Amino acid sequence: MTQTASTPASAAGAQASGWRQARYLLAENPVSAMAFVLFALILLLALFGPWLVPYDPLATYAGEPLQAPSAAHWFGTDNLGRDVFSRVVVATRLDLSIALVAVALSFVFGSALGAMAGYYGGWIDRLSGRLLDTIMAFPLFVLAMGIVAAAGNTVENIVYATAIINLPFYARMARAEVNVRRNAGFVQAARLSGNSDWRILALHIFPNTLPPMMVQISLNMGWAILNAAGLSFIGLGVRPPTPEWGIMVAEGANFIISGEWWLVVFPGAALVLAVFTFNLLGDGLRDLVDPQRRT
Amino acid sequence: MRVSNKLKLVLLRLLQAVPALFGIVLVSFLLTRALPGDPAVYFAGPMADEQSIAEIRQQMGLDRPLPLQFFSYIGDLLQGELGQSISTGQPVLTELASRLPASLELTLFALLLSLLVALPLGILAATRPNSWVDHLCRVVVTAGVSLPTFFTGLLLLYIFYFLLGWAPSPMGRLDFAYLPPETVTGSFVIDALLAGDPETARAAFAQLLLPAITLGLFTLAPIARMTRAALIQVLEGEFIRTARAAGLARRKVLYRYGLRNAILPVITTLGMVFSFALGANVLVEKVFAWPGIGSFAVEALVVSDYAAVQGFVLCMAVLFVLLNLLIDVIYTLVDPRVRMES
Repeated sequence: MTQTASTPASAAGAQASGWRQARYLLAENPVSAMAFVLFALILLLALFGPWLVPYDPLATYAGEPLQAPSAAHWFGTDNLGRDVFSRVVVATRLDLSIALVAVALSFVFGSALGAMAGYYGGWIDRLSGRLLDTIMAFPLFVLAMGIVAAAGNTVENIVYATAIINLPFYARMARAEVNVRRNAGFVQAARLSGNSDWRILALHIFPNTLPPMMVQISLNMGWAILNAAGLSFIGLGVRPPTPEWGIMVAEGANFIISGEWWLVVFPGAALVLAVFTFNLLGDGLRDLVDPQRRT
Repeated sequence: MRVSNKLKLVLLRLLQAVPALFGIVLVSFLLTRALPGDPAVYFAGPMADEQSIAEIRQQMGLDRPLPLQFFSYIGDLLQGELGQSISTGQPVLTELASRLPASLELTLFALLLSLLVALPLGILAATRPNSWVDHLCRVVVTAGVSLPTFFTGLLLLYIFYFLLGWAPSPMGRLDFAYLPPETVTGSFVIDALLAGDPETARAAFAQLLLPAITLGLFTLAPIARMTRAALIQVLEGEFIRTARAAGLARRKVLYRYGLRNAILPVITTLGMVFSFALGANVLVEKVFAWPGIGSFAVEALVVSDYAAVQGFVLCMAVLFVLLNLLIDVIYTLVDPRVRMES
């Protein structure tokens, strides 16, 4: 795989066979195919949600609070008479963007740190190892709580906290993947033809670490969504009138013991569906990338 | 010879926890100094003028260089000084100490519960690939990592409290009708049994069951998955084939040779499981109004009681390091190969 990727002539052929393999695997594994469909749906809702919903997610209709699901209000209404369906759909964008930005940040910084540690070794490796060990010495969700509490209770800080607690996973993976290729044949060839260390690292080694990284990103997205929703469930980050799944579940929690289940179940189910999709997607991507680990 | 060798390894492992502890203390120091705005302004209160802020700054030692502040912070920690909780007016250490038993009771019982389910599930799934147990295991594992604990908790509450009426109302560790038992272990269930009061023990257990199941469902997934994967890998080993060919009983091959080796990676995953469990603990405590350190921290967060939150983070991290230490010590004692590596 590394060889085909590094020779441009066969790249087109590899890509075509990659597509064929992807199609074969999707036909073979309907669960992954379903995950891709769900992913497309979630993406659609995140992009166009605000224009698709029947009601304004923030508008309160005092006349009809706490109504059970009906034809007019598919997911019922909350204690202020707001339409739960509209709120759940509109929340998709915020939940997804928090997770996406957080994962992107930890991917960029984590893999840069890990790649340098794996390539150069020595004090960079030891220092970054210490840093990552220190992060991992905390229960991760608790560390995120501490960071948000210290840095201030805002959505941006939720993003940074989620990025920091996910950093070690990317850094360790990048370090391991770079380390095994540090003296591979194609790297030595690149070195002999006069490429600088940075160029080799960025253009020759790093692209080879991307396939396992993509799997990690997909699995990590689900976990990042859970984390962000958990933080807003305990009252961090997102402020009340804003529709967001975690805070909607928290608001609905007061009504579950009196039987108004729809306030909790629909945003919760949306959350589960999103996390589930990314987990399945990660498993599907892993099959594509690494046939040996197929189960 | 063998025993002293293991003892040396255990002691070495204890020493290795020191850098982790130092890192935790450093991070929690930085977090207390990173309070939004100026900590002195924050602690002086909203009515303070320039002069009293300066006084507070000097009093707290915030005008000194950071390394010096760090040393006095360590000094405070060694004396158990974590500051005052603004919301309750009590020292943070007292608050945490009085609430820790509730959290430990919940977390440990949940872990026990998930181990009791996950290990047999993983073993059955590994020994019967593609049977219904295997499929069940896969479903449980996938659902377990996708379900947010606070959502599962609320669903269970709706079903078992509102619809079926089996569970007591989610109002903490014990119904108001009962008096808490005298503290011996800190666990209400065990203490009530020790005091010879089965009725109170039953009531405390009823309160404990639903939150523990919620937390247990969450930690079940990684344990079951690891047990299955590790056992499948071990059972493919040549020494297992040899044992089978030599005519050893199926049971003996599985438990004595298979499981003993497969349990090692499972013990290693427990570290990650603890990390998840301690985090999820906060959410479960909030859902069930469980009076542990997690719900204390959530209440403190709402009123911006920073000293309490930082004390909580530090307490959880230390707990996590201790649990990991315990796991490593068990690993060292269980693994027959560790001896040779030294």
